[in-house]
Amino acid sequence: MSTAQSPPAELAAQPHELREVPGPSALGGGWRRFADLLWLMASTEFKRNYFGTVLGYLWSLIRPLLLFAVLLFVFTKVIRLGSGVPNYPVLLLLNIVLFTFFAEATQNAVTSVVSQESVVRKTQFPRLVIPLAVVLTTFFNLCINLLVVLVFILAWGVDPSWTWLLFFPALALLVTFTVAVSTLLSVLYVRFRDVLMIWAVFSQVLFYGTPVIYPVEIVPESYQHILFANPIAPIFEQIRVWVLDPSAPTATEVVGGWVGLLPAAGIFVAVAVLAIWIFRREAPRIAEEL
Amino acid sequence: MQPLAIEVRDLEKAFRIPTHRVDSLKERAVRPFASRDYRELRALDGVSFEIHQGEFFGIVGRNGSGKSTLLKLLASIYRPDAGRIRMAGRMAPFIELGVGFNPELTARENILLNGVMMGLTPTETRQRLDRVLDFAELHDFAELRLKNYSSGMMVRLAFSMMLQVDADILLIDEVLAVGDAAFQQKCADAFHQMKAEGKTIALVTHEMSTVEAYCHRAMLIDGGKIRHIGDPGDVGRRYIRLNFEREREAVEAPDPDSSDRVRILDARVEGAGGERLEAVEQGTRIKLGLDFEVTEELAEAAVICSLANANGVEVLRLGTKVEPQEGSSHLRPGQRIEFRAELDNPLASGRHYVHCSVNDATTQSVLLHLHGCIDFVVFGGSEGVVVDLPYEASAEVEDGGGL
Repeated sequence: MSTAQSPPAELAAQPHELREVPGPSALGGGWRRFADLLWLMASTEFKRNYFGTVLGYLWSLIRPLLLFAVLLFVFTKVIRLGSGVPNYPVLLLLNIVLFTFFAEATQNAVTSVVSQESVVRKTQFPRLVIPLAVVLTTFFNLCINLLVVLVFILAWGVDPSWTWLLFFPALALLVTFTVAVSTLLSVLYVRFRDVLMIWAVFSQVLFYGTPVIYPVEIVPESYQHILFANPIAPIFEQIRVWVLDPSAPTATEVVGGWVGLLPAAGIFVAVAVLAIWIFRREAPRIAEEL
Repeated sequence: MQPLAIEVRDLEKAFRIPTHRVDSLKERAVRPFASRDYRELRALDGVSFEIHQGEFFGIVGRNGSGKSTLLKLLASIYRPDAGRIRMAGRMAPFIELGVGFNPELTARENILLNGVMMGLTPTETRQRLDRVLDFAELHDFAELRLKNYSSGMMVRLAFSMMLQVDADILLIDEVLAVGDAAFQQKCADAFHQMKAEGKTIALVTHEMSTVEAYCHRAMLIDGGKIRHIGDPGDVGRRYIRLNFEREREAVEAPDPDSSDRVRILDARVEGAGGERLEAVEQGTRIKLGLDFEVTEELAEAAVICSLANANGVEVLRLGTKVEPQEGSSHLRPGQRIEFRAELDNPLASGRHYVHCSVNDATTQSVLLHLHGCIDFVVFGGSEGVVVDLPYEASAEVEDGGGL
């Protein structure tokens, strides 16, 4: 029995007090551990993708560039959608890179919690780290791609402007929305396995429902309002105005004033709140549902 | 007595198992009010116990007894429905070795990632990297991806990882049978060292030998309730008996027609002088005594006993026919059958069990079957083998005729 052993010095010196165990949660284990885990998971995954194989990074660059090349050909040579739009090719490239980030992050996040099943079921692990790490990995990727885009933009002859700085708050909004959607999807997927397919379709709808490949002014005015209820549409539009085309209509001009942006803002906030609420509610139970 | 490390009070946990699982949004949308009936599975039902600091505490139970649920509740992986758990000190946040190892990453990367999962900071993990690799004897393979590791290497890595975690309390589910003999010894040493350091360990296992070798106390849990807490050996015996009981209920349900035609009165192992024994020396004369009572008329019966070791191997079988008394054609109700067998104990060291059955000799149907009706320990013989028989052996050294 334990009484037979002499207690080690430090144990005797400062006996621990009995404390209630915290139970599972979205953030469990303290912020420090949360941040360490998030960083490590995202960075190891990133390294694995890009340094593990010879063509790793190249491959991740080739995908959006290939899509870009095809769309550029189609929309400037075949359908002439971009004629008359200043800097259309680089706009197309920037938009594709940004949308690829959103689409990839959310699509990968859907299955993330379920695929980390063993970790969730066998360790006390802050559940929220899992979808966030997926978004972060994709974000690292986006950063590198944006550097490439920057080179293209400068090469195309676009003059740098102070409004380029506004790109960062716009990007922050896009990232926030991506995080909210990813979190929501990852926890829904634990219960509802058709979320994966539903989201694949929905993501495609969003691709066409956002001014990625076409400029917003060619959309009939009555539809522009509907289009801009999509929270990422105004973000893309503002990035276009600030970075590439000051003459393009701003988001408020498209919808006729700040009030017109309320639906988009409302959906944005609703998704974020829903994500936080559902994740907090479900986090303690995820291990049981898997 | 040491202060408490873990205190569990009236812990309850139930799982809801829906009778019809709605697992798609489509289904939920099409039939929003579909039946949400569920069956409630009570995994833990009012469990209370205490573990002291520096104690190795074994938790034993059959599959589905609730032992893993208990461990997950302790580890904050599940949330209890009722009751409370209090702990003193830092708890390692995992319950199984090697959780979260990514086969695509190298050992080094996995150690860094896993260390943080286990609650170390990245700096601490980097500092301990060498110690982990040293203990696991995997220094030469640090840059090899885990998918190319053998399972033995993987387990070694996982185990040495666990040793580097600075926790006062460790919760571990089924782990110790890892690696080759040399590594096993290393693990055993490591465990003894953890014991000496005063770490508290709750260990869930099927392996009774582990419990008996390491644990100070053990707990037997069955059907979500605590059956017994106490000496590991005692818990081990109860666990095995419980297993046998269940097995009999499940597999060997006696013939309904013939049930209760024979009843057991007593079962024992005796020494040469007729004294009841629980520990028997290897090679000595032992007697098995089983007394039955006949409750319904029987033409002829047979008693068969088998001796099995702790691994479930039936070592020998002894049996005899039971014939009615002279001048009677049947065994009559109220009569006693006294079965006696005597032999020089050939069993190797370790725990052994006696299973017995009484059959109707004419129809061959089983009238009574008892799994593990006696258990006893053999000592003084060889270990790790099944039998130990007297033999003569010699080896002589002679000069060769070469020179």
